[in-house]
Amino acid sequence: MKKALSVLLAGAMLAGVLAGCGNGGNNGSSDEAGNPNAFKIGGTGPLTGADAIYGNAVKNGAELAVEEINAEGGDIQFELRIEDDESDPEKAYNCYNKLTDWGMQLSLVSVTSKPAEAISVNLYEDRIFGLTPSASSVAVTEGKDNVYQMCFIDPDQGTTAADYIADNNLGSKIAIIYKNDDVYSTGIYETFVAEAEARGLEVVSVSTFTTSSSTDFSVQLNDAKNNGADLVFLPMYYQPASLILNQANTMNFDISFIGVDGMDGILTLENFDTSLAEGVMLLTPFNPSSEDERTQNFVQKYEEKYGETPNQFAADAYDCVYAYKQAIEESGATPDMSAEELCDLMIQQFPQMTFTGLTGTDATWDASTGRVSKIPTGVVIENGAYVGI
Amino acid sequence: MISNLIAGISLGSIYAIIALGYTMVYGIAKMLNFAHGDVIMVGGYMCFCATFYLGWPPAMGILLAVIVCTVLGVVIERLAYKPLRRAPALAVLITAIGVSYFLQNAALLLWTANPKTFTSVVGNGSVQIGNLQVTHVTIVTILVCVLIMAVLVWFTNKTKMGTAMRAVSEDKDAAQLMGINVNTTISVTFAIGSGLAAIAGVLMLSAYPMLVPTTGSMPGIKAFTAAVFGGIGSIPGAMLGGILLGVIEIFSRAYISQEVSDAIVFAVLIIVLLVKPAGLLGKQISEKV
Repeated sequence: MKKALSVLLAGAMLAGVLAGCGNGGNNGSSDEAGNPNAFKIGGTGPLTGADAIYGNAVKNGAELAVEEINAEGGDIQFELRIEDDESDPEKAYNCYNKLTDWGMQLSLVSVTSKPAEAISVNLYEDRIFGLTPSASSVAVTEGKDNVYQMCFIDPDQGTTAADYIADNNLGSKIAIIYKNDDVYSTGIYETFVAEAEARGLEVVSVSTFTTSSSTDFSVQLNDAKNNGADLVFLPMYYQPASLILNQANTMNFDISFIGVDGMDGILTLENFDTSLAEGVMLLTPFNPSSEDERTQNFVQKYEEKYGETPNQFAADAYDCVYAYKQAIEESGATPDMSAEELCDLMIQQFPQMTFTGLTGTDATWDASTGRVSKIPTGVVIENGAYVGI
Repeated sequence: MISNLIAGISLGSIYAIIALGYTMVYGIAKMLNFAHGDVIMVGGYMCFCATFYLGWPPAMGILLAVIVCTVLGVVIERLAYKPLRRAPALAVLITAIGVSYFLQNAALLLWTANPKTFTSVVGNGSVQIGNLQVTHVTIVTILVCVLIMAVLVWFTNKTKMGTAMRAVSEDKDAAQLMGINVNTTISVTFAIGSGLAAIAGVLMLSAYPMLVPTTGSMPGIKAFTAAVFGGIGSIPGAMLGGILLGVIEIFSRAYISQEVSDAIVFAVLIIVLLVKPAGLLGKQISEKV
């Protein structure tokens, strides 16, 4: 009996290992693997682990764009490879080495900020051009002439959010709950406070949490309540935000919430009671229910292929690939160029080009900082869907 | 002040119920089962799958979670820990950490990293006492916690199996010589500990409904701290330690500093251990030479 059990378990483990391999093999999926006439785009992102939702969204979005472009059969063909970094800078470095061995010519850097900060240094030293879909901290591009961003930088979001609240009179007594062991959250918080002061908004309560204390928010919510806040600003990702909404509801604390782009995804959270998020506002560069034809097309294809509604990470990644396509077209780059030659071309090309994608129209890049300039849209959640304001 | 106390007790009651399982296994098998937190996560997923995908009533979901976790606990013990019965404690500890990672990654493979929202098994309501609100989850958790504690104390002190457990915990070899089946006893301990983990998981997720493969790890560590705080191996100690830990955590967050609340919690632990090395209710056992 014991033997049977161990055989069974060994079998289960083997199955696990095989399934793991299957996944790994998919990472570099491309219809024309090994095409010498294709530009090799590589990137790292968390395909497993707590942040896997972002990594997989980026991988899927980029894959979709690559497939579309390759299917057109034009001169520009891409090969894509995304390696799993589990959002860990050290693992990202190993992934980066794998990608350079593979012959990566253009990079998507990393999906999340910390690994991106780490490998952008390598990109700079090795002279490989990088355009990150979603790593939004300032340090990713700072001091590197060849690393660009497709997403807003964190501080911009804080300023924009404060302006948005002031312009639309959404509240005057503001409570902020932010995650102080996270560069994304603290970055937004700091600029929000500065801009809120400049715009005459009163911040009545500031409270924090960390990764290890991201379950119970009663203290933070009580603080907001006792200080008479009329709007709570949540510069964080949607997982803790969903817990905050839930706890505010159990406490019968009826108040408005406003979030930033990390909040995107809250509606696709499995079994989440979307009525809790009713009336929550968020600023995002991408609205999947937008009427725009390209967006509709993208959302439809994405849903068909991956069975879920794309979030802004997927849209940013999709845009990155198309931005590369446009840059290559306009600069006349060819796939036989070395990464270094491409890097020089892209450094010249990106600052002078205007790109219209799913996440913003007429986006431009600043040559000195590598940051993108585009306008976020405010959406409000009504009946479980985003509605533009 | 009072509302923070209640928040502290409700957080603490969750720690307490997890700590009961930790302390049970440690008390009998004398090993730290670091995979306990992940068994909690498995219990949560089982209940979630039963109620959300299969549409079962919550009670059936809890039952399924308890059964699956009990079996899982016994299987883990048989496969991972039993071969190491004579190995140094460090080897067992490392194995436990390995099991913990195995469970997390297996869950990742099965249920992916996309978070799931758990539907509370006791509803989201709360009871109004004066101008205070106590959620149903808190009340149920405390009641269940006290009940489990009482049953465990009775079980280990009054039943034959319980007596065998205490004998095994004191001296495995002597117990074996007295005709006690040590392996069965330890398996039963794991079965009970893991069954409790399932209940703890369901109640924890009812209070904090975010379910991901790493859901169990942080509360597991906090509950372990609570068990040490109360005196690891002591069943009432786990309950006391859990509640105190929750209250200290919430109070230090509310009145001292949110940034260093965890540091304060662990500082209190260090002070307690300096004064009472066996924990608040721990038994001081003199080493026989």
